[in-house]
Amino acid sequence: MAAVAELKDIASQVRRDIVRMVHAVQSGHPGGSLGCADYFVALYFNTLRHNPEFNMDGKGEDLFFLSNGHISPVWYSVLARSGYFPVPELGTFRHLDSRLQGHPTTKEHLPGVRVASGSLGQGLSVAIGAAEAKKLNGDDKLVYTLHGDGELQEGQIWEAAMYAAHNKIDNLISAVDCNDAQIDGKVENILSLGNLRAKWEAFGWSVLETNGNEIEELLSALNEAKSLTGQGKPIIILMKTTMGKGVDFMEDGHKWHGIAPSDEQLAQALSQLKETLGDY
Amino acid sequence: MALKDIEVTGKNDTRSGFGAGLLELGDTNPNVVGLCADLTGSLKMDAFQKKYPERFFQTGIAEANMIGIAAGLTIGGKIPFAATFANFATGRVYDQIRQSVAYSDKNVKICASHAGLTLGEDGATHQILEDLGLMKMLPGMVVINPCDYNQTKAATLAIAEHVGPVYLRFGRPKVPIFTPANQKFEIGKAWTINEGTDVTIFATGHLVWKAVEAAQQLEAEGLSVELINIHTIKPLDEEAILTSVAKTRCAVSAEEHNYLGGLGESIAGLLARKNPCPLEMVAVNDTFGESGTPEQLMTKYGIDTADVYAAAKRAIARK
Repeated sequence: MAAVAELKDIASQVRRDIVRMVHAVQSGHPGGSLGCADYFVALYFNTLRHNPEFNMDGKGEDLFFLSNGHISPVWYSVLARSGYFPVPELGTFRHLDSRLQGHPTTKEHLPGVRVASGSLGQGLSVAIGAAEAKKLNGDDKLVYTLHGDGELQEGQIWEAAMYAAHNKIDNLISAVDCNDAQIDGKVENILSLGNLRAKWEAFGWSVLETNGNEIEELLSALNEAKSLTGQGKPIIILMKTTMGKGVDFMEDGHKWHGIAPSDEQLAQALSQLKETLGDY
Repeated sequence: MALKDIEVTGKNDTRSGFGAGLLELGDTNPNVVGLCADLTGSLKMDAFQKKYPERFFQTGIAEANMIGIAAGLTIGGKIPFAATFANFATGRVYDQIRQSVAYSDKNVKICASHAGLTLGEDGATHQILEDLGLMKMLPGMVVINPCDYNQTKAATLAIAEHVGPVYLRFGRPKVPIFTPANQKFEIGKAWTINEGTDVTIFATGHLVWKAVEAAQQLEAEGLSVELINIHTIKPLDEEAILTSVAKTRCAVSAEEHNYLGGLGESIAGLLARKNPCPLEMVAVNDTFGESGTPEQLMTKYGIDTADVYAAAKRAIARK
């Protein structure tokens, strides 16, 4: 288990990877990726019991599903930095013939990815299926998912939420990136989610809330979530995050959802992010 | 096999062939699991559910979630048979199938009953005539439309052995059983029911029996009819089709589907690319269905025995 200071260093490097990847190809989604960097680092470098010697079935290990696939840069960086594939491969992001597609896919057999995502709202159902398979297989490891808050506007999420509670999928820990931002503006203004805690509780889930940009608080929430597994209820962590976190001029609402920084903006961003593990 | 050897051994619905196949898989393959969206009885999955409750997943009326759960179950090594009516198994969940199943190359079997017009009185909301087209356009998807109880049961067993996504389409009405019990089903391998030289009839699903009847009438008039059952729409048995038309030089396709996107269109494309010859399509003419009995609907919408017969005559005349 890594110390908090070490996790923060890793998160800083992951943020450098994100802005460099998106800048290099002048496309991608930096805002949500930066906002979720701390969650990914806490999960992959502390919480997940996983094996970078990737096996699709994932028997005997924790599984993670990214449902809001557009924040692929943060996932790719964390997978590479965890040893799933060579770090220099991050330089192929969104290039022709790359395994690092714009949105994650199994098609190119990138280690760490178990289902394609990008079209929103599908990951929770897939994770529930994987959790059901773990129960059938007598596998006591857990299944984790991440969703965007805007993604919760998809109806399939609530089909899955009902199913998970009804069928006591208690080996599942979901998380929502609550940054109140989607492409067209603030979630609150586009299609508000209302009282999200009350909604999930009404759907029969155990609900935790945390600051998603503070590693210590994230670790504590993830540990609490783990302690709630096996008690007949699925668990969800509502994480308050800042889109673009770590780069001051990107911490500006939904504007940086899906645009790439210029050369000058990249230099400015990198000046705010410590290089800790060596750039790819 | 020849037309004169065909023996009708009974009458049953193809969905019951699926139910019987699934139950047998329950006994023989511990990885096979079933999913259904509130239509367990209609899909004939009750016996499997009763015998293997821990391997059966009732999703409620939530088909998108069902497809996703099926995709996830494969990750633990399961072989999910996700079943509902054809309309809800394809059109309603196209994007879920596209991303979570086909693009992700998941070993999910999408099993669809009540396909086409012959579900009858429920009418056009449930009578999907576009599902073969939707499914065959997905890269990597195997598409199968068996013709009777025995063939559907055999196909159900066969797709469990195939690794990769499959769409298996069957239906509601009780139709003649005329293919062998305990047959070996070979995915992608056409079945020649009768050899002939004047015209080839390529038929799939419920239209195979109609084509048998039409071929019998044509042969009684002295024509020599090659009748081939294309149970696998994709991958298409191109060799069987090209070999046959090289001999007969004209063809008929017969299916319970819109002519756009169906078997006939696949055959037309193949012939255009490799060996053009006259092709008449017996299919629904780009319209929705309506309420009625299966027999009335097949007659009204031009997919009956008489339509196959007339199409064969037209094809021969065009040679």
